Amino acid sequence: MKNLSSNFKNVLLVIAGLLLAASCNTPGNAYKSGALAGDVASQVYVPPGEYDEFYAFMSGGFSGQISVHGLPSGRLLRIIPVFSVDAEKGYGFNEETKAMLNTSHGFIPWDDAHHPELSQTNGVTDGRWIFINGNNTPRVARVDLSTFETAEIIEIPNSGGNHSSPFTTENTEYVVAGTRFGVPYPQQDVAIDSYAENFKGMLTYISVSEEGDMDVAFQILLPAFDYDLAHSGKGKSHGWTFFTTYNTEEKATLLEVTASQNDKDYIAAVNWKKAEEYLAQGKFREVAANYADNEYDESTQMATSTMKNSVKILTPEDCPGLVYFLPTPKSPHGVDVDPTGEYIVGNGKLSADLTVHSFTKMLAAIENESFEKVVAGVPVLQFEEVVAGVVPEAGLGPLHTEFDANGNAYTSFFITSEVVKWKVGSWEVLDRAPSYYSIGHLMIPGGDSKEPQGKYLVALNKITKDRYLPTGPELCHSAQLYDISGDKMKLLLDFPTMGEPHYAQGISADRIQSKSKKFYPLEENKHPYATLGEKDARVERAGNNVHVYMTTIRSHFAPDNIEGIKVGDKVYFHVTNLEQDWDVPHGFAMMGANNAELLIMPGQTETLLWEPKTVGVFPFYCTDFCSALHQEMQGYVRVSPRNSDIAMTWKLGEDDPVQ
Amino acid sequence: MERTYYLLILITSFFLFVSCQQQAGTDQSNNAGIEYAKGQSTVSDELSEKNILQIAIGSADHSTLVAAVQAAELEDVLVNAGPLTVFAPTNAAFDALPEGTLDDLLKPENKATLARIIKFHAAPGGYDANNIRGVMGIGQATGDKVKVEVNDGVTTVDGGQIIGTVKASNGFVHVIDKVLLPPEK
Repeated sequence: MKNLSSNFKNVLLVIAGLLLAASCNTPGNAYKSGALAGDVASQVYVPPGEYDEFYAFMSGGFSGQISVHGLPSGRLLRIIPVFSVDAEKGYGFNEETKAMLNTSHGFIPWDDAHHPELSQTNGVTDGRWIFINGNNTPRVARVDLSTFETAEIIEIPNSGGNHSSPFTTENTEYVVAGTRFGVPYPQQDVAIDSYAENFKGMLTYISVSEEGDMDVAFQILLPAFDYDLAHSGKGKSHGWTFFTTYNTEEKATLLEVTASQNDKDYIAAVNWKKAEEYLAQGKFREVAANYADNEYDESTQMATSTMKNSVKILTPEDCPGLVYFLPTPKSPHGVDVDPTGEYIVGNGKLSADLTVHSFTKMLAAIENESFEKVVAGVPVLQFEEVVAGVVPEAGLGPLHTEFDANGNAYTSFFITSEVVKWKVGSWEVLDRAPSYYSIGHLMIPGGDSKEPQGKYLVALNKITKDRYLPTGPELCHSAQLYDISGDKMKLLLDFPTMGEPHYAQGISADRIQSKSKKFYPLEENKHPYATLGEKDARVERAGNNVHVYMTTIRSHFAPDNIEGIKVGDKVYFHVTNLEQDWDVPHGFAMMGANNAELLIMPGQTETLLWEPKTVGVFPFYCTDFCSALHQEMQGYVRVSPRNSDIAMTWKLGEDDPVQ
Repeated sequence: MERTYYLLILITSFFLFVSCQQQAGTDQSNNAGIEYAKGQSTVSDELSEKNILQIAIGSADHSTLVAAVQAAELEDVLVNAGPLTVFAPTNAAFDALPEGTLDDLLKPENKATLARIIKFHAAPGGYDANNIRGVMGIGQATGDKVKVEVNDGVTTVDGGQIIGTVKASNGFVHVIDKVLLPPEK
């Protein structure tokens, strides 16, 4: 139309253009639906070359190890071998680390690792060590966070199923180990039906020295309840530890029915400072025991297993004021202490409610002797006198609670498969977010310490089903990352994990990053079979034992060819990595070796035992791609008959110049 | 003609604008921009042993119970790893409720009450037809207890008779002839 002014046309076009431009500019509108809506992806995106903000240490569960992830990306950074042999790193296969897995039952190549726990100073995670419990053959391990290597494993005597472990006290004075299964005390041949009579439950306090050395300081003898989880007090409740119990019925068969009959079980409150007083007064019994304490010495690079033969035991009858029972509904699983140390949360797993006890009220009830009864010398406090509040019908199957820095608590509910956020003190439910599926533990960095660092929460889920591409009957367990910085929890990311992560711990990267070791200085290498220079490379025979003093450097072994080995020899390859450069390990693999490879860090010495069974010439090589000439890094061992008189010789390089 | 053309562009643009804003609005409506998918009850698996929800859905006698579970949005709970013990009232049991009760409960405003009643029919724990006889009571998901009695070989739960038991992958379904009502709070 001629009368339509161009001005009006232009206005119309501009409006139309604006509307179109405004219509679909939500980021990723068409593509990123559901959980990726908005700007979620960028919240977990760590650009190439940049670092994650947090380390997350996740237990490997039945893998026996710890996996280290970065948050928020979820990237897997490392698997630390702890209780299980790890052929990749030679852990438990090389001669140096076999002793780490020694126990009173002999060498054990596996365990079930549940709860990583970072060391603390003044109730704050300090990045020195991470502890983890071995559940099956009761043990506690300490991992050094400058090397990410297992430094010590101590066995727990008089225990069975080391589940409520290894939760730390405020300054890592102790880590604890409560037995999940009652066992006969002393261990003996008795009828299982005599459970209530002959079985006992032991709580163990493991002292940790300034250098990290662990020792079984004392044990407390209690009834054969199942001690499930624990957390120590902090701030005002420093000096106490709280252990949940179930099976206060003391049954030993069909527990899924028989151990669910009591309306309330107990949280055992242990005054460990009182225990120290009783120890000083000599009110303990020193009893015979047999347990291994295995330590890895970083200078000799050898683990040594020492069998210990006694333990100090305290009993409530002899030590009034040492232990109290706090009645707590329905088989409480996790027990979690808020950052102030005032509130003790009992997660009654067969309940819909959370029960929160008050430390202040507990002290008053003790002072007033508000006891309901006394069980095995332990006063049971009146429930009404200690309870601070109840989070009512928050969900079904509460398991664990962690805290943020703003007075909020976050509880995992297994049956309703969700995380519920609630206010500490008012007990009101503030928010809930589903997990996919069936959450067990949850973790906020610092979430069980005095200073939660959390802006993230990690849910550790037991059931994966259709969440990832299927991989046959077994699926990895999943972790889910939530942003908890706002009023509402926001699911950001879903990532696979190793084994079964039970608990996890998180810590801001700066508390570990700067202390991380780059290599082992050769001048500090006190390994008895170290070879500190190529000129010292040699082979020595002592009867049937042959010791090969070997070095590696890019890109050759010294020596590389060895003759004079005989069938039936025990050949020990002591391989020292002469590199003094970050991230240049060398591997060593011998054809026909019945164990694993060596993976030798720069400056370290490791030993592989090889027992040749047939004559011939067998190659060895470097397994870790170390340089452009890595493929040339190889050697041979000539194996001759037992009665041969081939001389022992070794060499590196041609005697004559290469033609 | 030209005016119509321009108006058409404007109107089309407007509708595109509205539709896309509505789509974004859906994403924003639930929990800070996150639209949570439904949980484990949506897992597609026709091969595995049936879970409690699948058994209930497959039973013609439990269509009312299933409708109630759906109205209370408790489907995900009944497919959880469990173990759960669920007392499943038949349609006839629901029909025996006073006139209008069920219709009231199914109203959206009564969702919490309905959920509480359904949870009172579920217990964490795996009680089969045999070992349920060995207990005096079972703590239900609401935190309340139901009373278990055995008379002349007949097991009753808060007066409701167990008329059959089906094993599920995640627990046991005991079919009962009465709707159980939780105690007043």
